[in-house]
Amino acid sequence: MFAYLVRRLFLMLVTLFGISIVIFFLLRIVPGNIVDILFAAAGYVDPADKANLERELGIDQPLIMQYWHWISGFLRGDFGYSYVSEKPALQEILPRIPITARLAGLALLFSASIGIPLGVISAVKQGTRLDYVLRVVSLSGLSLPSFWLGLLILTAAVAMFGQIPIFNPNPATWLEAFATYAVPAAAVGFRSAALTMRITRSSMLEVLRQDYIRTARAKGASDAAVNYHHALKNAILPVITVIGIEAAFLIGGLIVTETVFNIPGVARFLVEAIRWRDYPIVQNLVMLIAVVVVSANFIVDMLYAVFDPRIRYTD
Amino acid sequence: MRSVWALAATAALSLLAISTMAFAGEPKQGGILRMYHRDSPGNASIHEGATYSLNVPFMPIFNNLVIYKQDEPQNSLKNIVPELAESWAWTNEGKTLTFKLRQGVKWHDGKPFTSADVKCTFDMLMGKSQQKFRQNPRKSWYNEVNDITTNGDFEASFNLKRPQPSLLALLASGYTPVYPCHVSPGDMRTHPIGTGPFKFVEFKANESIKLTRNTDYWRKGRPYLDGIEFTIIPNRSTAILAFVAGKFDMTFPTEVSIPLLKDVKSQDPSAICVVEPNNVSTNIIVNSTAAPFDNADIRKAMALALDRKAFVDILFEGQADIGGTMEPAPAGLWAMPKDMLETIPGYGPDVKANREEAKKLMQKAGYGPDKHLAVKVSTRNIPVYRDPAVILIDQLKSIYIDGELDVVETANWFPKVARKDYMLGLNLTGNAVDDPDQSFYENYSCGSERNYTNYCNKDIEKLFDVQSQETDIAKRKKLVWEIDKKLQEDVARPIIFHARTGTCWKPYVKGVTVMSNSSYNGYRYEDVWMDK
Repeated sequence: MFAYLVRRLFLMLVTLFGISIVIFFLLRIVPGNIVDILFAAAGYVDPADKANLERELGIDQPLIMQYWHWISGFLRGDFGYSYVSEKPALQEILPRIPITARLAGLALLFSASIGIPLGVISAVKQGTRLDYVLRVVSLSGLSLPSFWLGLLILTAAVAMFGQIPIFNPNPATWLEAFATYAVPAAAVGFRSAALTMRITRSSMLEVLRQDYIRTARAKGASDAAVNYHHALKNAILPVITVIGIEAAFLIGGLIVTETVFNIPGVARFLVEAIRWRDYPIVQNLVMLIAVVVVSANFIVDMLYAVFDPRIRYTD
Repeated sequence: MRSVWALAATAALSLLAISTMAFAGEPKQGGILRMYHRDSPGNASIHEGATYSLNVPFMPIFNNLVIYKQDEPQNSLKNIVPELAESWAWTNEGKTLTFKLRQGVKWHDGKPFTSADVKCTFDMLMGKSQQKFRQNPRKSWYNEVNDITTNGDFEASFNLKRPQPSLLALLASGYTPVYPCHVSPGDMRTHPIGTGPFKFVEFKANESIKLTRNTDYWRKGRPYLDGIEFTIIPNRSTAILAFVAGKFDMTFPTEVSIPLLKDVKSQDPSAICVVEPNNVSTNIIVNSTAAPFDNADIRKAMALALDRKAFVDILFEGQADIGGTMEPAPAGLWAMPKDMLETIPGYGPDVKANREEAKKLMQKAGYGPDKHLAVKVSTRNIPVYRDPAVILIDQLKSIYIDGELDVVETANWFPKVARKDYMLGLNLTGNAVDDPDQSFYENYSCGSERNYTNYCNKDIEKLFDVQSQETDIAKRKKLVWEIDKKLQEDVARPIIFHARTGTCWKPYVKGVTVMSNSSYNGYRYEDVWMDK
């Protein structure tokens, strides 16, 4: 197990190194740089002013030097300065992380707490009217894009309550705090709840057909004991995998949701930074996301061993 | 005796009526004006920007030497009033403009305002000082200024190479705040210091901009508001819904399109909305340095093929204006009369006849029903650019031109145009001041950075200078009309239409004036108050 851990950690570092190269060079391939964008906003191009600005921002240096400055700074925890706000990049990124983490955490909680029980119910009640209703709900969750769902929620909120859950950094009431995070979390978590529901259902159906389930029933175990103790415990592995992968993919949904609900989180900030080609922000932020995703995969792998004693990582 | 009593009673009633009226309309102090902002400005330094995304939130921090009266919708030389200057005088046969400056004015950090601040601001704009702006889009505004001299702490003179009466108009623009000498241009980008009615509190990129009342403002009793908060919401649907739901007191100025205006009025009938022209023209930039548009006949044919009314009907439900370079009347002060406009090829009401003439020109150039000309119509990937480009392509079909839409990311647009790497471009031009000097020199003079088409006509250039020096407004207008007509006939940058857009606010917001011939000059907000 220890050797496996070391190997996985080494592979993680290699993966992150590869990602850093891809992030850095892909960003440079994107047409237009920060100087172009700044001049586009100013509506003119002056070659002399442009050259001065490139020199000031250090983007006139060879790419390899720029990469070295960035990656060595990243490892030291020095993220450089945002080209747009001219504030330290870390100072810009850090306050936004808890906002997105709260939103993502709540979305995952929403996904697991709704998706797993409904998936179990759907499997246990296979072929009933309830099963069909739940399958339609899960299918709609997979089909509705989060930007559309978000706008639908906003429009409904205005039409019904004359209120709109726009991000409020200092919520006065519990209801405001709830509206701040829960509604957008539901919008983004709906898709992953639907996916969790479908995976739980199919995994449960497969397990429920196993001999040991039949044996448990034959021994007189109650339905609850069979479904939740025997079946769910064995069916949960693919669900954990999916939730882990969803955690990584959540950033895509969050970009849209944070934009629609005007939440000043990391995801929306990333899109804005890309739009401005604000390299220090984009590079460091994507790198941080990569670290989170790679670590999430690592944790999921480790959780396999916790949930399934049959799995032994002995190499 | 009876008449005396009657007179006294009438006077008393009149006084009562006047005092009641005054009471009902008496501005109240207090309140934070909440607005949404359409996007995150690149920085906070007005001098380094060319978008009103920057002017709207940061103009309240500053003062100019002079400014257009903020409660009159139409900017003109007649309604320029002093701000940091108490008075001004032209001397030396119109070649010296001297300002007497206001005394006792303090910067928001407590330092005194003096003539040195005026000198260093304009020296930086002219590129004559040690400290430089990172970007300086309006440097050409001061081409005729030799230098700035000061006489003591409270007098500053602009010494010109030749008379330029409209310099005052440029100085009155929202784009011309006075900066403090003791703050670096870099600091002004992130933490601007001004003398204006509101102080900068914070600017969180992509999130919000907050301003608070300047309690030491030199204009006593102003501002009425305790502060202004802009929440940055790039998603227009969300922003409008939030306004309707009461999260905001006002929309971002001139940002509500005509179709959206209907939505606002249907969902919030109490909202006060105005639609005004904003001196932004939608136009075609023609690369006349390369084939096929190096052929004057093809350029002229294209201009003749335009059905401007169709653009206005489709995109604005009829609410936009047709004109030349200068903004159309009545909002615009320099627009050609209608009968003169209609003599320009392509502006006549008979579109069919225009297009027949265009076809003949195309045939002369070697094209016809069997041989169409293929062109790329490049434009930015934004609806206000893309939508008219699609209509343009459709209209060009009528004269044997097959257009293909070439959508360019904003980051690439200006470099591409500067490289002349395009055939036709659909472009928007916002004029900061409704003044021919600003429009002509910036967009049509040889070598100007914003002259995207490289149009260069030395004869016209001479006329630019003649009109610029003319002090008789009536005479200057006639010259301007002639120049504008010639620019359209030369297909220098064919103007398709001038847009109109909406601004909405809640009924308790008072004292808002939306400028009708500028998108850049009406955001001081010191007269705005809330009846709450």
